[in-house]
Amino acid sequence: MRLFLHQLRAEQKLFWRSRELAFFTFLLPILFFLLLGSAYGDEEIDGVNGYTYLLAGMLGYGAASTTFAGLALLLVIRREAGVLKRLRTTPLPASTYISAVLASIILIFMLEAAILVALGRIAFDVPLPDSILSLVIVLLLGAASFAALGIALAAVIRSAEGSSAVVNAIYLPISFISGAFFSQEAFPDVLRALGEILPLSHLIVLCRDVMIHGERAWDQLDDVAIVAVWGVAGLIVALRRFRWEPRER
Amino acid sequence: MNAVDVRDLRKSYDGVEAVRGIDFDIPVGEVFGLLGPNGAGKTTTLEILVGHRRRDAGEVRVLGTDPQQADSSWRARIGVVPQSGELFPNLTVREHLDLFAGYYEKPRSPADVLQLVGLEQKADAKTRTLSGGQQRRLDLGVALIGDPELIFLDEPTTGFDPGARRAAWETIRSLRSLGKTVLLTTHYIEEAQRLSDRVAVLRKGEIVASGTPAELIAKAPATVIRYRLNGQEVSFQTEDPTRALHELTGEALRDGFNLDALEVHRATLEDVYLELTEEKPE
Repeated sequence: MRLFLHQLRAEQKLFWRSRELAFFTFLLPILFFLLLGSAYGDEEIDGVNGYTYLLAGMLGYGAASTTFAGLALLLVIRREAGVLKRLRTTPLPASTYISAVLASIILIFMLEAAILVALGRIAFDVPLPDSILSLVIVLLLGAASFAALGIALAAVIRSAEGSSAVVNAIYLPISFISGAFFSQEAFPDVLRALGEILPLSHLIVLCRDVMIHGERAWDQLDDVAIVAVWGVAGLIVALRRFRWEPRER
Repeated sequence: MNAVDVRDLRKSYDGVEAVRGIDFDIPVGEVFGLLGPNGAGKTTTLEILVGHRRRDAGEVRVLGTDPQQADSSWRARIGVVPQSGELFPNLTVREHLDLFAGYYEKPRSPADVLQLVGLEQKADAKTRTLSGGQQRRLDLGVALIGDPELIFLDEPTTGFDPGARRAAWETIRSLRSLGKTVLLTTHYIEEAQRLSDRVAVLRKGEIVASGTPAELIAKAPATVIRYRLNGQEVSFQTEDPTRALHELTGEALRDGFNLDALEVHRATLEDVYLELTEEKPE
């Protein structure tokens, strides 16, 4: 426990000192929410309040950008710089290290979500959900699932060069297709079908159910199951493919 | 007692044998040099000893334990300075030492380590602002923070200018006076000679010679004679330089040719090393 907290503190320091990572993975969803909200939040989207609709989308996008893209980049950069390999020669157990990294990134995402919800309340009058606990459960489920997928993505990316381009090329289109920024109503059928398969669209649906329709986290178990199955798939790839060593040069 | 025992160690990558059955041991408190050209198998050997790689065959004991089965308490007793690799560019020197100190039950004090590696002036500098030599010293500091019994240094001074190299040598000597056991790999003959109690010369995955630097030199032919004849460099080694020189110069005078740039010198460790590691047709 002492080691876990020691590493968690270090991870927080490392994240906030790495300005680029903090900007792209933490601040960008907040900026997008303010921009999109000012642009068309006052219209109705899919028959519901536009601000609330956007906020739910940005919570999902935040999970993808922080715990998926951010975690994948952080791990690839550390692995290729030889930092992970060096940590393996210290007494810090691998399980302690990984749990501290995960706890740190999930903590950062939950902070980001709290800021988004608070901004929605203050700037756009978005009401708080009936069940805050349900929202927290949904967000933690999403964060855990995307974190597992983030480790899996780090495991399949082979080098640090171009890793941020690869990560962006994956999570940005997914965010669009999943309806984080706009309603999927106007999308062609192919894109909507693709969105149906991806976990992010189901996470966003869960957020909307909780925020707009006052549902509980466990009311739509099919959406919960799809997000969870993706997380488990990510975990399996992560366990099989994760490496501590940089690519041979 | 030995800190390291290696018997018939073997390792291949994709069918190519990188280490072909080597044996050596390192008694506690000794500085042991693995000397060899690039690609001789030095880093592979070191990475097996620290537990990064699995061996194909052979016996390895490091501090009495097989590195493949080692746990955190074993890792607390070793320190590793890798050949390449970076630390965290946004942390300061002192923050690195504090971070790594937190991984150990009984670390050295960061202030001691700062002094040992000569980075007191840079304690609060971000790592990304350090020079290459200063970063290598921080690498060493991070490896020493846990107060390890056994320290692995993989080419600790590659890329250093001569001044920085001498400073690093001083630090490594001070480890020895602290009673630490050290395994260092290097392709610099002078480094191995000056720092090591014993040296093993590695060539294409095999140990081709080992012993104290003095023993290795003693195994070499005593004298090298070198000259130029019709623009061709000629050199040979002899155990009997007086006679060899007499015959050579006698022949030159009789037949009327010149021995340009004639040179007679005692073999150095460099001659031994070059002789041992020369690429010979197999």
